[in-house]
Amino acid sequence: MTQTLAAGSLPRKKVRSVTARVLPGFGLSLGISLFFISLVLLLPMTGLVMHTAGMGWDNFWFVVTDPRVVASYKVTLWTALAASVFNCFFGLLLAWVLVRYDFVGKRLLDAIMDLPFALPTAVAGITLATLFADNGLYGQMLTAIGVKVAYTPLGIVVAMAFTSVPFVVRTVQPVLEELSPEDEEAAVSMGASDFTVFRRILFPALWPAIVTGGALSFTRSLGEFGAIIFIAGNMPYVSEVTSLMIFIRLQEYDFPAASAIAAVVMAVSLLLLLLINVWQGRYLKRLHGGA
Amino acid sequence: MGIDINGINKFFGSFQALHDINLSLPDGQITGLLGPSGSGKTTLLRIIAGLETAEQGSIWFQGRDVTRLHVRDRRVGFVFQHYALFRHMTVARNIAFGLEVLPRKQRPGKAEIKQRVGNLLEMVQLSHLADRYPSQLSGGQKQRIALARAMAMEPEILLLDEPFGALDAQVRKDLRRWLRNLHDELNFTSVFVTHDQEEALELSDQVVVMSHGRVEQVNSPLDLYASPDSRFVFDFLGQVNVLSGTISNNRLRQGKAHLTLPEAVANGNGQIYLRPHEVRLAQAPTADAHLPVCIESISVIGAEVRIELKPQGWLADEVWEVGISHGEFNAWQPQRGDVCYAVPDVGHFFLGDEDSPRTLSWLNRMPPTGVDSPRASGM
Amino acid sequence: MNAAHYRRVGDTALVRRWLIGTAVVLTVALLAMPLLMIFVQAFSQGWSTYVANVLDEFTLSAIGLTLLVAVLTVPLNLVFGVFFAWAVTRFTFPGRKLLTTLIDIPFAVSPVVAGLLYLLLYGNNGWVGQWLGEYDVQLMFSWPGIVMVTLFVTCPFVARELIPLMQQQGREEEEAAVVLGASGWQLFRRVTLPNIRWALIYGIILTNARAVGEFGAVSVVSGNIRGETNTLSLHVELLYQDYNVVGAFAAASLLAALALLTLIAKSFVEWRQSKD
Repeated sequence: MTQTLAAGSLPRKKVRSVTARVLPGFGLSLGISLFFISLVLLLPMTGLVMHTAGMGWDNFWFVVTDPRVVASYKVTLWTALAASVFNCFFGLLLAWVLVRYDFVGKRLLDAIMDLPFALPTAVAGITLATLFADNGLYGQMLTAIGVKVAYTPLGIVVAMAFTSVPFVVRTVQPVLEELSPEDEEAAVSMGASDFTVFRRILFPALWPAIVTGGALSFTRSLGEFGAIIFIAGNMPYVSEVTSLMIFIRLQEYDFPAASAIAAVVMAVSLLLLLLINVWQGRYLKRLHGGA
Repeated sequence: MGIDINGINKFFGSFQALHDINLSLPDGQITGLLGPSGSGKTTLLRIIAGLETAEQGSIWFQGRDVTRLHVRDRRVGFVFQHYALFRHMTVARNIAFGLEVLPRKQRPGKAEIKQRVGNLLEMVQLSHLADRYPSQLSGGQKQRIALARAMAMEPEILLLDEPFGALDAQVRKDLRRWLRNLHDELNFTSVFVTHDQEEALELSDQVVVMSHGRVEQVNSPLDLYASPDSRFVFDFLGQVNVLSGTISNNRLRQGKAHLTLPEAVANGNGQIYLRPHEVRLAQAPTADAHLPVCIESISVIGAEVRIELKPQGWLADEVWEVGISHGEFNAWQPQRGDVCYAVPDVGHFFLGDEDSPRTLSWLNRMPPTGVDSPRASGM
Repeated sequence: MNAAHYRRVGDTALVRRWLIGTAVVLTVALLAMPLLMIFVQAFSQGWSTYVANVLDEFTLSAIGLTLLVAVLTVPLNLVFGVFFAWAVTRFTFPGRKLLTTLIDIPFAVSPVVAGLLYLLLYGNNGWVGQWLGEYDVQLMFSWPGIVMVTLFVTCPFVARELIPLMQQQGREEEEAAVVLGASGWQLFRRVTLPNIRWALIYGIILTNARAVGEFGAVSVVSGNIRGETNTLSLHVELLYQDYNVVGAFAAASLLAALALLTLIAKSFVEWRQSKD
């Protein structure tokens, strides 16, 4: 061990660079990734920042608190919330049925769940508008019971719900698949009713996934445009969503106003994205990190 | 090809995984890197292979500095812990991979590759599985294929990371023997990582015991077991019975237990470590040793009978264990609950906080007067 | 282990039937009916009108532009996605987490905002746009602009499919290949690519579906010039607003057919993946 001491005291300060990586392509892949992200994602944001910064605080505040714009925030928020809540229930039901039961047509049901992601939003928009119009298939039935969907905020909820169906289903499904039957069996063998087992054993395991799916659905709904504009009727103060407000300002060539509203929307969506990421990080740690 | 490791220091962020490792692994021998998880043994193996880079120090193969050589050019065989077989390739393609990716000039012809793969499959006795996919193999088969794949390049150094870690006991034993024979036949230099002491002791020519990123001891398996350098090696390698107490007048005392030491030692606190085979059981204390114990359990483990003992009137952190032969067992017929006395033949004494032991022997002392003599007395 | 041995919650025949029934009814009403509706409307005036609608000059040019957009964006995103996934799953470096969050931006941002971002930068008022204008290069309100925003909107898909899979597969196989002497390209082609091919195809399918169907972002930067900067999605809107509902649905039926193909391809890929 004397040799050890001698070697340890040698001033071998020159630390070799840690970039001597075993697998190839670090520089290339990181370089391409950074270049692409900078060019495609980050550079375009400079335009928004410059346009917004150039208009002054008073002007900015005036534009983003315009009563019509504020009305659009409110409509967008509550319809998106309603659509996500609906999807939480619908998604949980579908995930449950797809994971727990076997029945004819199950594969088909599973496959069609992804339709809203595969179908272009404009197509979804005109289809829903036609179905829910007063003379449409659903519209006729709903008018009979005094409910009007097309050209009202309710139509926005329908469009948002349609386009974000898969989120909750696809986040809950894998979690449900991994639940061990033993927990349930144990609870049932102790005499708990099905409902109690669901509430006390299953739901606590599922809700983080439901929240994640709901949050994704909410984020998507906030930004939805194509599916909504056909069915919403787009009446100022009543059924205009914020995305549409931006679009309208653009058609008026009012670029500063459009960028100001877009800046607000963008800030909210980035914040949501960050929150979802943090939440997923914590939740995944709980799932896989283990004690 | 011998391997020399000089002053290796490895950090992961602020955590130092290896502290100044200096080792010389002789040509043509099997070296086992043994230690608990987190001791740095796998990191060291990966540094030898070139899969990990150390911040300081150098690696030499047969006098050639390979520290800066890329893993691709070090030409070592490496067997991964979870085999890392290419899941979408057949067994034969897996083994051929190293040959197929050689530069065109060095690459053997198709027929020759096929021939060599065939030979390797024969060597690992799995010729009938050439067209299977890894997912269709058992753990032991995967292990042998991984070995054949590593051997395809005819490396002079073979590195194995926990080679038998994921296999069940019987398969482990068979593979161990098989690897030993293969090694003796082909005579390459091997280094393997394990946390299983039995494996390390059985398979290696030289064992390197590691803990907390440091080398604790390097020795042949026999010496390692017989004369550990430190408390850690004692604890980690095999069962050990410990008596802690205070020393006065050359006598170690704790509660009702006392033991007279055969050599002069200073007064103070001390511990004596005893291997199970270094302790006998007697029906009465000797002049030197008064260690009353009660039989807790008796179990037959292969060729010997293992007896677990609970101290009577003194304390030990863990139960004591003594192994006796079936012959002795039948002659004595001990029962659970019987009280008897432990008598050491040889022991390893640690004074105070010292980390290196002094080996003591009671055997050369005059037989104790008027009391039961050893086993032969037929208790 | 056979799951059927377990007594699990919701296994009662009544609950089971009720839940499956509700799920099927809701799915049919919410998803299947709209899909069917598209084709019913498209063919409501007979086959010949449908063919005439599809073969309409402007519809054909919209199809052409849409294909061009897909042909340009899918390969670019494929290359980027593979490199990106390789970088973040095979190496550790400071800022890796940030990078994987950044890639999600297009999922979170409204497509209209996405279009606006590009308009503000490359339009006549934007700093890059002004500079390009000096060289008489006009990107907005023409097809390059459509390709650019589509690239923005679709760039996460391939990477998002690859990252979890490559993370889960780990780097041991690739390390084994390096130890055996494989070069970078050999390693990728012989070891990595076969392991990720289905996820890659899946990513391509999703990218393609979105590239073909993007509406909001594209409508901001297109200028909607019939026969020139009209994609199929925009063409659907245009016809619908002209009260040519049947024509709109005829064009929509092409997109819906592609959506169906996407779902079938996706199911097939998932089935293949589960076999691997």
